[in-house]
Amino acid sequence: MDPELVTSFLAAAVRVATPLLLAALGETVAERGGMINLGIEGAMLAGALGSALGATAGGPWAGAAVAVVAGLGVGVLFSAVAVHARAEPIISGTAVTLGMIGLTGAVYRHAYGPGGVGLSLPTFPVVPLPGLSAIPVLGPALFEQSVLTYAAYLAVPVLSWLLFRTAWGLRLRAAGESAENARAAGVHVTRMRTLGVLVGGGFAGLAGASLVLAQVGTFAERMTAGRGFIAVAIVALGSWRPGRVLLAALFFGAAMALQFLFQSLLLQVPYQLFLMLPYLLTLAVLAGAVGRIRPPADLGRS
Amino acid sequence: MRIRSLLRGLLPGGGAVVAGLLVLGVGLTLSGYDGPAALGAMYRGAFGTRDAVLSALLPRAIPLILVGLGIALSFKAGALNIGAEGQFYAGAVVATWVGLALGSWPRLLAVPTVLVAGLAAGSAWAAVPALLRLRFGVLEVISTLLLNFVADAGVSWMVQGPLQESSHNYPQSDPLPLAARLPGLAGTRLHLGLVLAIVLPITLWFLGRRSLPGLQLRATGLNPSAAEVMGGVSTRWVFGVALVGSGALAGLAGATEVSGTTFALFQNLSPGYGFTGIAVALLARLDPLGTVVTGLLFAGLEAGASAMQREAGVPAVAVYMVEATITIVVLLGDVARRRQLALFAGT
Amino acid sequence: MSEGPALELRGIVKRFGAVEALKGVDFTLEAGDIHALLGENGAGKSTLMKVAFGLARPDGGTLRVGGRLQRLPDPVAARRLGIGMVHQHFTSIPAFSGLENVALAAGWAPGRDTVRSRFHQIVQLTGFAIDPDARAEDLSAGLKQRLEVVKALATDARILLLDEPSSVLSPEEADAFLSLIKGLRQHGVSSVLITHKLGEALTVADRVTILRRGAVVYSGPVEGQSHESLAALMLGEAPPTPGDWSPPAAGELRVDVRELALPRLGSSGSGLRGASFSARAGEIVGVAAVEGNGQRELLRALAGLARPTRGSLSVMRPVSFIPEDRSSEGLIADFSLAENLALSQGRAAPWVRRGWMNWGLATERTRELITSFGVRAAGPDAPARSLSGGNQQRLIIAAALERHPRVLVAENPTRGLDLRATTEVHQRLRQAAGHGVTVIVHLSDLDELLALTPRITVLANGVLIDLPSGATREEIGHHLVGGTG
Repeated sequence: MDPELVTSFLAAAVRVATPLLLAALGETVAERGGMINLGIEGAMLAGALGSALGATAGGPWAGAAVAVVAGLGVGVLFSAVAVHARAEPIISGTAVTLGMIGLTGAVYRHAYGPGGVGLSLPTFPVVPLPGLSAIPVLGPALFEQSVLTYAAYLAVPVLSWLLFRTAWGLRLRAAGESAENARAAGVHVTRMRTLGVLVGGGFAGLAGASLVLAQVGTFAERMTAGRGFIAVAIVALGSWRPGRVLLAALFFGAAMALQFLFQSLLLQVPYQLFLMLPYLLTLAVLAGAVGRIRPPADLGRS
Repeated sequence: MRIRSLLRGLLPGGGAVVAGLLVLGVGLTLSGYDGPAALGAMYRGAFGTRDAVLSALLPRAIPLILVGLGIALSFKAGALNIGAEGQFYAGAVVATWVGLALGSWPRLLAVPTVLVAGLAAGSAWAAVPALLRLRFGVLEVISTLLLNFVADAGVSWMVQGPLQESSHNYPQSDPLPLAARLPGLAGTRLHLGLVLAIVLPITLWFLGRRSLPGLQLRATGLNPSAAEVMGGVSTRWVFGVALVGSGALAGLAGATEVSGTTFALFQNLSPGYGFTGIAVALLARLDPLGTVVTGLLFAGLEAGASAMQREAGVPAVAVYMVEATITIVVLLGDVARRRQLALFAGT
Repeated sequence: MSEGPALELRGIVKRFGAVEALKGVDFTLEAGDIHALLGENGAGKSTLMKVAFGLARPDGGTLRVGGRLQRLPDPVAARRLGIGMVHQHFTSIPAFSGLENVALAAGWAPGRDTVRSRFHQIVQLTGFAIDPDARAEDLSAGLKQRLEVVKALATDARILLLDEPSSVLSPEEADAFLSLIKGLRQHGVSSVLITHKLGEALTVADRVTILRRGAVVYSGPVEGQSHESLAALMLGEAPPTPGDWSPPAAGELRVDVRELALPRLGSSGSGLRGASFSARAGEIVGVAAVEGNGQRELLRALAGLARPTRGSLSVMRPVSFIPEDRSSEGLIADFSLAENLALSQGRAAPWVRRGWMNWGLATERTRELITSFGVRAAGPDAPARSLSGGNQQRLIIAAALERHPRVLVAENPTRGLDLRATTEVHQRLRQAAGHGVTVIVHLSDLDELLALTPRITVLANGVLIDLPSGATREEIGHHLVGGTG
């Protein structure tokens, strides 16, 4: 196959994967602390709208900052309900997402008028990394991306270090494995879980910003289209480890980018079958790997 | 005594609804809209006219009641099914496929066949997470969620592939032949699916109250180890049956939607019934009869939201904030009640 | 170590409601000693140590560490004072490696290079062979227990409080573990060893303190004591005279168990390793055992709730089971009394016809049972959670007998009940036996069991010893605490 085509496919895969990766990395931290947060779909949406509003006012960097704050806000809401009041986390998360669909839709129409069409935002430019982008085929795909993609790359080792090499990460994971035994070891479980959820919310907000400011260039209602939920699946496929989460996100990104490739090749293969593939694979991994790879033991307990 | 306990059951739900509407009204007023007028438009759009009731409220309530009923069933047994959306689509796809094939059948046979096909497809779709949980320990929360996306991709493939309409121009199916359509009330969008949305909740309510399996299902959801040790219940079996049954109802909802309302399959057929259904079930406190009331209420909210947008210029999506507020208030109320009771019991 | 005893508790009083669990207890751990703390279940051993570690707040008393008066601590402060506790159940995070568990307890960052060497330092000090990278859950019970000790030592504990460390270990593991505790003395670590097993106290301890019903009955050197003298001190005087009850003439064979074995059901204990006995109609067979010695497995196998892996089991049906934990297994708190009764009776009940319920009949029957069993409740529709523990137990027993069982298996049916309710449960069990039911009952209190029935079997370390009827308290106690022969 034409190497240029391969490169453009891979570049699209990385671009599509970036918001997924950011959201999944944050959710990895939240879930390591024992909270599964389906509200990150809502946090991502809030981040997407926040980035649009911020970028309109002060350029892409302001947009990213507002997005993180918006995501954190959704994290605060979710942790108040699910961590502090100890309501059922799964349903709390879906409710938070539902509420955010409503809120972002209403705010968007209020801010940009009922049609809201033709919104064109300042975006993050593509910044080729000197040297690395010259690697044949892979170089341009991986290293001719926006700064948010590089931030996501960077977050992988940073979060790995945080989770597995620091006392803070150890306490967080202890809270996720067994709240009772963690308490016996002197861990403040509620505080750790709240922090985990906030990290997840902030990352989801940034993920929304990357969708708007580095991929699409505009905002539309419900534009995240379930990407936050996909991130939850990616965390599972990545077995709750940042490095594997990166690979899982790229895999999902590639499956989603296949439709562009097929369209450009004029292939009549139903790309939707490839779209299903990562989900089915995730299920297979979860089914086959119980006992070997498994979620934090206290995940989802209220 | 019965009336008082009924009232006590309704009160928190009523409070949640009031809280939800209050959030909307205050939010709208703060954003510069005429809050009361918007709420008025909403009410008229849902309940104000005969046409609103027959063509907007009731047709919308049918899938919501059926999906909410299913979710209530699975939650009652302790199975967290958040994949009703996918089960709905599985039912819709298979019902469309069967319906398109049965054009020559008499309506009396074709329509039930279409509905049963949708029901079976929804069951099968939910049987996957049930098996994954019982055989491999995969949390049904994650598997049902993932299967929503598979179903979504499946529908997209169907309407652009095998089930695409004959001219191959639009991503949707051919219209169902008349024989496969649920009879409706002339001049309105109301169809016979309403009967299902009334009869099935009553049936399940009756089964829950008056049958031993119903008692065992409730026991499984409340305290599985006591159900096994004291009641001799096979809780795994109950869990699986409830999850599959919940999928059956969502699949049936998908079938009634294509056979009664849209007469064709297309993407985004469901405006999130699978998720609104969770709110429907929760607000009903998982009571089957309650889902009829809460299904109507949420249908009213959503039908009214369109009217609100038309008449008061308020974005219809804002209604999701109401639904979210209601859900969260119900959840928090449940937590408070649990604590209170735990305090009384004094360990 | 500064001058003065390592740990000194004076006049510790602890009340739970109206019950005085500790009645002004004095306890002194000399530096470098292993001090055995003996007593029956409920004597107050664990409570005393929880006070020292700050897990229970006493109603009176003082604490000195190394001779210096200290405020009564919380667990964090206790660690700072150099006190470490090894609980009866493991408190490690199962999915964490040994290294991670130790780092969590000590507040180390697991990424530091020094962590591994500090881990090895402690491990070498103790002579334990713990793989730092193996998950805690993959370790044997013995290694898990050692990991708990390493965790305590990593927080620089000079005083170890060991709460029945051997109860979850095999005899071989227990021996090895105890010799390691002995070895720690050379490193200036003093230990309190809570145990039921007199043999342990005699072999490893320097001093011994014996508690009975919340008060010290003996404290002094181990030297000069024997198995018998310790047992006499621990169990007190002769048991209270059994109530006036004579077992009915034994009827048909109802339970016959040969070489029954099954692995442990929970995360600790010995499991059932070998049980052979039989029981006839009208008999009450008492199963005496210390926690975790296979009684849970035996009773659940008899009740048909657990499948034995070896041996033969024949129990005549119907069998009723009264589980130990009322709220989690005995009833459904959110169900009404009538719903609980209906659930417990299943398909065979007169109010079930082809799966359909006749609630009128069930409610009526519940009302009758409420009256005849003296359940104090607002009525058949009241939720079970509104009942007191004693009334819940009345309901559970009523439901168990309602099935007209041939065999009734009861697991600690008087746990948490006051004296009056306890007596009533005894009467119900005897009544049932009088009507020809075979009752198999485990009570954790030996005196109570002896008061209930003369027919006693003892489970020690998963092996059942069927004693001849009328065995003395001393004999039973001897078997119970791991005596041989």
